[in-house]
Amino acid sequence: MVHQYKLNGYDIVLDSCSGSIHVVDDVAYDLIAGYKTVPHDELARTVAGRYGIGEGEARECLGDIAELERSGKLFSEDDFTALAEGVKDRAPNVIKAMCLHVAHTCNLNCAYCFASQGKYHGERALMTLEVGKRAIDFLIENSGTRHNLEVDFFGGEPLMNWDVVKQIVAYARERERETGKHFRFTLTTNGMLIDDDVIEFSNREMNNVVLSLDGRREIHDRLRVDYAGNGSYDRIVPKFKELVRRRGDREYYMRGTFTHANPDFLKDVLHMADLGFDRLSMEPVVCAPDDPAALTDEDIKIVLGQYEQLAVEMLKRKKEGRPFIFYHYMLDLTGGPCIYKRLSGCGSGTEYVAVTPWGDLYPCHQFVGEEKYKLGDIWSGVGNESVRDEFRSCNACSRPECRECWAQLYCSGGCAANAYHATGSINGIYKQGCELFKKRIECAIMLQIAERGM
Amino acid sequence: MERIKTIETRNLASAKNGGCGECQTSCQSACKTSCGVANQKCEKADK
Repeated sequence: MVHQYKLNGYDIVLDSCSGSIHVVDDVAYDLIAGYKTVPHDELARTVAGRYGIGEGEARECLGDIAELERSGKLFSEDDFTALAEGVKDRAPNVIKAMCLHVAHTCNLNCAYCFASQGKYHGERALMTLEVGKRAIDFLIENSGTRHNLEVDFFGGEPLMNWDVVKQIVAYARERERETGKHFRFTLTTNGMLIDDDVIEFSNREMNNVVLSLDGRREIHDRLRVDYAGNGSYDRIVPKFKELVRRRGDREYYMRGTFTHANPDFLKDVLHMADLGFDRLSMEPVVCAPDDPAALTDEDIKIVLGQYEQLAVEMLKRKKEGRPFIFYHYMLDLTGGPCIYKRLSGCGSGTEYVAVTPWGDLYPCHQFVGEEKYKLGDIWSGVGNESVRDEFRSCNACSRPECRECWAQLYCSGGCAANAYHATGSINGIYKQGCELFKKRIECAIMLQIAERGM
Repeated sequence: MERIKTIETRNLASAKNGGCGECQTSCQSACKTSCGVANQKCEKADK
């Protein structure tokens, strides 16, 4: 499948099955567009007339296109869909990543919180060390031959159970030495309880720290408030700055959410960059369509334009010597995920699970509290095989719409939770998410082209 | 004249027997709400 688009002065042709990317001029762009549907004599004549060049030149370009097709870099065959069936059987029942809900409680009362202020529609709770240690053991026991294991300390607000977090990390390090496994830890926090101890420990033990900040003060404080209704911006930004300053070159992300209040989210991204943060992630809110925070169709039009402007601004700032990273624009064209990873997606419900403070297992953090999606628990394991099978069968090729989409091997079928919340089925199509995702990939590819000076 | 410039990308030949499974789970890295598989790196691509 071939996808063509024009962005920031570039004519771009993506051959989705091979992953090849071509930067072309207007003549080649139009010839490729008609290559499979218009007789080549007619095509050469039409395009030559359109751009005032000789028919011979147009034919020469058609020859180049034919050569690219022969070499498997244009109009390449789909030779991966057949692999998708095998993805279901890939490393059956191996679990290698865990979202550890150490706190189902929060010190903020954010209006748009998918986790209903950290409680996940249930009771407030803190994970005990006993449950945390058993979760680590469960992960090791179910990890098969996997070497790299991942644990994200999540909530609610994980810093409300900080001593247990530190003890779980210490226990996992002990188990590393016994088993030869390697743990990678992530901490996701709203920042309210960051202090010297949190900074020192996190910068030593956490491979990644995700810091929640929505951008401009007035945007952040509109929704991210404490239980007295006071905004949190002024309390957390100095702490985030100190943590990042002392973190050196270790990974972190400022992670914001944009809503109906700020479809002009580029201002918020640039605000964070101007604060000195250089690893940024800004995500569209995911909520019910009738929620006041939900993005409208009009908002989406604005957001699509903002993504393009963001890419252009990133190029400008890079030239000026003040670059920043935007998570969804990171694209490694030579060292990205293999075909099996692209087909199988994020691994939710199969190799990735969420653990509640009580030790119950769910396919991921966004399904916690949905009783029908409970997989089992960390003592008796996965008992609900039908849910695991449902997730195992949900991949980049499982929806007819995905099989016809050029972005299939970039989005890997998308987020099962988003599909479920938008359509009632993990195999549904979250159309708004698709539209935004495709724009992000178009921008990310354009950045790769621009950075190569093509 | 050169009307087409091609970026050499990875031949997605890149994995055998279902892949090694050692790469980072995308949902753990930054987003938590919109899957970023494409934004990940292969743990073995440069080895």
